[in-house]
Amino acid sequence: MEKLKYALYTGCTARESTPELLKSTMAIADKLGIELVLLDEASCCGASHLQDYDDFLSLVLNARNICYAEKLGLTMVTICNTCQLNTAMTKHRLDTNPELKAKVNAKLAEVGLEYKGTSEVTHFLYALIQDYGLEKLAARVQVPLSQFNIAPFYGCHNIRPSELQNLSNGGENPYTPTSLDDLIIACGGVNVDYEEKNKCCGFHAELQSPRTAAILTGNAIAGAMDANADWMVTPCPLCHLKLDVQNHGASKALGRDVHLPVLHMPQMVGLALGCTPTELGLNHHVTKVDFV
Amino acid sequence: MDTIKSQQVTFKVFRFNEETDYLPYYNTYTLDVTHEEVVLDILNRIKWDHDGSLSYRRSCRHGICGVCSIKANGKGILACKTRLFDLVETFGNEIILEPLSTKRAIKDLIIDKKDFWDKHAQVKPYLVSEIEEHPALEHLVSPHDAEKLLEADYCIQCGACHYSCPALAINEEFIGPAAFAAAYRFSADVRDDASIERLHVVNEEAQGVWDCVKCMECAEVCPKEVNPIEKITKLHNMVFEAGIAKNNVATRHAVGFAHSIQKHGLLDEGELVRYSEGNFGVMKHIPEAIAMFKNGKIVMPWNMPKSKNLDEIKKLIKSSSTVKF
Repeated sequence: MEKLKYALYTGCTARESTPELLKSTMAIADKLGIELVLLDEASCCGASHLQDYDDFLSLVLNARNICYAEKLGLTMVTICNTCQLNTAMTKHRLDTNPELKAKVNAKLAEVGLEYKGTSEVTHFLYALIQDYGLEKLAARVQVPLSQFNIAPFYGCHNIRPSELQNLSNGGENPYTPTSLDDLIIACGGVNVDYEEKNKCCGFHAELQSPRTAAILTGNAIAGAMDANADWMVTPCPLCHLKLDVQNHGASKALGRDVHLPVLHMPQMVGLALGCTPTELGLNHHVTKVDFV
Repeated sequence: MDTIKSQQVTFKVFRFNEETDYLPYYNTYTLDVTHEEVVLDILNRIKWDHDGSLSYRRSCRHGICGVCSIKANGKGILACKTRLFDLVETFGNEIILEPLSTKRAIKDLIIDKKDFWDKHAQVKPYLVSEIEEHPALEHLVSPHDAEKLLEADYCIQCGACHYSCPALAINEEFIGPAAFAAAYRFSADVRDDASIERLHVVNEEAQGVWDCVKCMECAEVCPKEVNPIEKITKLHNMVFEAGIAKNNVATRHAVGFAHSIQKHGLLDEGELVRYSEGNFGVMKHIPEAIAMFKNGKIVMPWNMPKSKNLDEIKKLIKSSSTVKF
């Protein structure tokens, strides 16, 4: 097989509040022989809020990010569900609306760029599953996670709306998603089923609607705890921030203590591949990863 | 003619009578189902062949009246439009049929939709316009203007999105996706005169668009492809365009992204929280900020990473911004 190579759009959190996500992504790419070219030129995607204020500006900035992947002739991979949603939504709107694309390109021309629509945009989770392959990944596992019950937490912006997401996520059904469960199994772990695994963590309403956000976070952790999970795993750093950092507020809102260690998707894969805790940045978690 | 394919499916059906039951229970039926049947056919067969006391709403049978909406394995559906074989493909051959909201059940699959209609009433879901008593001409709407309604006009008030919205399930004041779509539909209509009044309603804290959690459940569940969250985004935009956005944590949270991108390309997470909450409000985040700092999760202002070619981003923000706050 030809060496897999992608343009990596890190998003903001991986460079700030979840440094462990970038570390572990690079660590497993290295182990698996996947080349990731960092898109250092990229800006913030607007995190689903900028478009509430200025939709056109959000389109222009996201299109600019994709331009840099196009320049490299590579598929763009994301490591944040919300980056994935905003980038994929921009791409879809521009690819299906020539008039809008021309308007955006008129602005991009001012900085010598052009959005063509030649690069695909996919989350690293789906690149691993579809391009690298779960069987091949399973064959590389050195430390099977067989003693752990692991609760997958999918995160909304990788699975909904399916009409858009199915262009890159292999047809995942948002009501019965399987990708993360399959990945847990490939890593030798035991996947835990619970009602909240495909539900919202509340992140995007955190500041303006703290009670709603806290209850949603609490429900997710409580669901995983009640299903006897040892820890949770998520492909989204925003979900991670809610579940890992905000569980005190969630416990208060729910009236019961909820906390579980939460790993980023590449941290889980890294553990199975035999990476060290330091390589995976496990020391950065607020809810301590006490099982390694 | 195609041959009829069939398979055995087990149905667990929610049963509850508000007048006589303390708790709900489930009845189980195992039926042979053909590839032509929709959920409503099964409800009819259960009622007509097994238990005449089963209650559910049905009317048009053509996906247009919106009364037969229920949940199958937690997914909001129109019973008359959803093929059994499709459900089995998604959920396997045990199908759980429940009302849209078990909390609001009156009798079996029938719920009290009062909350849904109350939210609709809140946004005045009708044209408000001064018209002459005896107009000589109809009010023509150009195709271009009609397109502005997007798909908002397709809503059949089935409630599938309303009862799938997690923000609404927690915050009862929240107006919710269906009524927001209606608010957009009439506010975007060139004949309407109450747009600003409606925008004030959806701009209120707790009840308004700002409390949307952006989970995309409404876009996913809608059987008529109304895409309510797209209309919620439009309402946000209209609030800013109309110049009625209040200076509060929610609006500053949206605007703060533009400020941060202008300065760094990337988002300055700490500064976004400070700007959104204000210097006083930000204090309540101090405990979590300390926990994050201890674990190397906070980047100090002097170490804030910046995008390469930041001058491009600054230039684009200057030339492409369409709104002022």
